[in-house]
Amino acid sequence: MADNIQELEATARKLRRHVITMISDAGSGHPGGSLSAADIVTALYFKIMRHDPKNPHWPDRDRFVLSKGHAAPVLYAALAECGYFPMEWLSTLRKTGTCLQGHTDSLLTPGVDVSAGSLGQGLSFAIGIALAARMDNKDYRTYVLLGDGECDEGQIWEAAMFAPNNKLDNLTVFVDYNGLQLDGFTKNIMSLEPFKDKWRSFNWEVLEINGHDMRQILSSVEKAKKLRGKPVVIIAHTVKGKGVSFMENNVDYHGKAPNKAETEIALRELA
Amino acid sequence: MTDYSELTTRDAYGQMLVELGKDNHNIVVLDADVSRSTMTKYFAAAYPDRFIECGLAEQNMVSIAAGLASCGKISFVSTFAVFASCRCFDQVRMCVAQPNTNVKIVATHGGITVGEDGSSHQAIEDLALYCSLPNFSVIVPADSIETAAVIKAVTDTVGPFYVRLARSKTPVIYGAGCDFKVGKASLLLDGSDATIIATGMLVSTALAAAKSLAGEGIRCRVLNMSTLKPIDREAIIAAASRTGAVVTAEEHLLHGGLGSIVAQVLSTSHPVPLESLGINDHYCKSGKPEELLAMNGLAASDIEQAVRAAIKRK
Repeated sequence: MADNIQELEATARKLRRHVITMISDAGSGHPGGSLSAADIVTALYFKIMRHDPKNPHWPDRDRFVLSKGHAAPVLYAALAECGYFPMEWLSTLRKTGTCLQGHTDSLLTPGVDVSAGSLGQGLSFAIGIALAARMDNKDYRTYVLLGDGECDEGQIWEAAMFAPNNKLDNLTVFVDYNGLQLDGFTKNIMSLEPFKDKWRSFNWEVLEINGHDMRQILSSVEKAKKLRGKPVVIIAHTVKGKGVSFMENNVDYHGKAPNKAETEIALRELA
Repeated sequence: MTDYSELTTRDAYGQMLVELGKDNHNIVVLDADVSRSTMTKYFAAAYPDRFIECGLAEQNMVSIAAGLASCGKISFVSTFAVFASCRCFDQVRMCVAQPNTNVKIVATHGGITVGEDGSSHQAIEDLALYCSLPNFSVIVPADSIETAAVIKAVTDTVGPFYVRLARSKTPVIYGAGCDFKVGKASLLLDGSDATIIATGMLVSTALAAAKSLAGEGIRCRVLNMSTLKPIDREAIIAAASRTGAVVTAEEHLLHGGLGSIVAQVLSTSHPVPLESLGINDHYCKSGKPEELLAMNGLAASDIEQAVRAAIKRK
């Protein structure tokens, strides 16, 4: 297990380096929210999910819904590392003619099931996927990644009511609780607390983890898989900009590309 | 076999869903707490496992429908037209239009003939909104028989559709059968003096006006433009070149609906005098459907007057 954990941690660092390089190359993008989600995305694509990069439309694949669509770079990095498309595509992020749009586009990118970018919609879309699995007697699972700022959106709570009412135990939601959104600290913009109680009162099973601890990520998903009769939300406490000293907890890097010098420092820190 | 001529358009929709759902197990139906009014209740009773009650949460409903469609389902989404358009427009844009998912939004209670409920329930912007969305097709059937044909056609055609139905009973146009094709206008009456192009509830009014004008010796061509998008350019251009004058009538704002679309086709391809009847940039009030139509210049006599005016401008 230990070796495996170390491997996963190394992969997460690799994804973070891709994120920095891609956004730096593009000259725009959202590094902070990709870096905070890198460990969760790594765990999903390199350990947890049943998927086949050679067959992106495999009907029995587990699904991943990136609801916080601005974290597209970390998803693209994972998909490229898995082999969904050539690594060279990563340097085309956000450029004219690219298959890697600024926010995810399900029509253009192999392995991307959901177009996102307008926040608050992914959980509902994932519920549709989970309902289809039940109707078709399929055992694939659906994973969702929400941002914490995204939970300001009313639709999240429409969906939060729906999933337990329909006993969707094939649905697992991560909230990337990095505490920052575009305008500032989440607690100042629109406090979510008591966050755990909110989900619990909506009849979710709530787990709380350190979203950068690979062991905790894996064990929380194992727990979620075993639970019957209700969906699980994993509140993952994370650090926005994780892994790059000057980006960590810095609201400026929600939506700003690093310049050349910053990119060099960042890549060195992530080596 | 259901006799659709006796039904409202929403009843025809509900019955047709049941008929299609029998063999097509990919059909799923979602409703937002109005299934007893949209008539998806028939489907809910027949196939409870494929009916999804979303409660009063239209945004959630649309995104769920798209998720289902991404797994091969044909998702029918129903609520009142005001809510199906204005309440969840961004969800429709992001989850249905842009990714081109196989979702059919079938909205009932369209237009001002919803009547007494007042402006909050009178959808007068829905066609403009849906026609603005890339990948969407937009259809307003003229009667219950055409509705049944439309529902079958949209089931068989992959991609996003918006279908607007009415609340009240619509006079039967297609008693002798309906050969509906997406994107094709239907020629109901031929004439050489002017063309009346109507959609939905106003098609029967257009026919009444044409009949009355015939008494004055004015021969009208009447087109049922049930598909607003993709628009049947050929039918409009052919009508303009044969009759030299066009009148449009719709239960919708003048901006962005049938009148705007026809004006765009005519002005770029075959300019002829055009008179457009619709709601002129205001919200309407509670009242009886016929009274509201008359107050907004949408009675048969208004169409007749518009035809005379268009002919005079030739």
